[in-house]
Amino acid sequence: MARRDSPEINAGSMADIAFLLLIFFLVTTTMDVDAGISRKLPEKQPENIDKPIVKERNVFEVIINRNDDLLIENEYYEVKDVKELAIAFIDNGGGKGNPMTAFNETEGAECSWCGGAKNPKSSDHPNKAVISLKTDRSTSYGMYIEVQNEIGAAYTFLRNRLAMDDYGVSYTDMVEQEGRGTSDPATMLKLTERIKIIKAKYPEIIAEISSN
Amino acid sequence: MSKFNKKKKGMAPINTASLPDIVFMLLFFFMVATTMRETTILVKNDIPTASEIKKLEEKRLVMTIYVGAAQDAETYGVGDKIQLNDKIATIRDVRNFIYMSRKKVPEDEQSYMTTLIKGDKESSVGTINDIKKELREVNALKVTYATRPAAQ
Repeated sequence: MARRDSPEINAGSMADIAFLLLIFFLVTTTMDVDAGISRKLPEKQPENIDKPIVKERNVFEVIINRNDDLLIENEYYEVKDVKELAIAFIDNGGGKGNPMTAFNETEGAECSWCGGAKNPKSSDHPNKAVISLKTDRSTSYGMYIEVQNEIGAAYTFLRNRLAMDDYGVSYTDMVEQEGRGTSDPATMLKLTERIKIIKAKYPEIIAEISSN
Repeated sequence: MSKFNKKKKGMAPINTASLPDIVFMLLFFFMVATTMRETTILVKNDIPTASEIKKLEEKRLVMTIYVGAAQDAETYGVGDKIQLNDKIATIRDVRNFIYMSRKKVPEDEQSYMTTLIKGDKESSVGTINDIKKELREVNALKVTYATRPAAQ
């Protein structure tokens, strides 16, 4: 009779073992996702390339010197001023822009979505407006990122405004939704198309110059 | 009436047979979600804060370069150091690091690879520019500067 009873394994300590492992993983786990400011580096150019000529009014010159002082268009400023100045510069729309291939333009047209002052001394068109960021070798990286962040914030502000006017959704939300993905392919396609248009209307043009 | 009487006699023991199952489920969740820190950071790494950030979802497609002053200044000396994988390297090793990292992912995904530069606040832009120059040489053009989200 005793043989027929299979001996029961005591599973009382199972929970304890599992708890121990659980606590170990709880403590060691790091669920942080890396995040940061994304930029695309320019491609490597051949030595004897014709340098493109950019009019001075289309260049927004930002210089950070070795003492982390900020000089914008030859005047002293603080980091918090960068965003506002950059917005005013990019959004100026004082002339005709480069023809945009995305909209089948053969000739440059005026910026119809800009809300800037149309100052003839400032930029012509968002797609001509170049932000030139000049740094010294000993500029601190923290300062450099702060300025990059402010410039990025200026573009985000303008793109958000345009997206709100045209589509009723902010650009940030559109990008977020695209990242999450949707089940409907038609909606997704429309979203990607809209993001592309917004990006073409306010392209991020940042030229980095490093002096030694 | 008998039903009421029964209850008073003694508490029925709570059945804990499913407890290990619940705990195991949690355990597996954390085992899957966990990412162990693969590299020990040898440089000072206090990354700057920013608000315009983009998350890097695919960990496989990220190549991380650490920049900062060495924590062990006696061994490695002062000034900005570049850390690739587990050791302090020089600027000349960056190219090789990119090539080696590219080998680890399938060819069709190599164009999506991003270089994550984790630079210390105190490091100088010159070092970062040197790295960027090297990255341009090997056509690794997608760069992300690691930042912490700004507290608001």
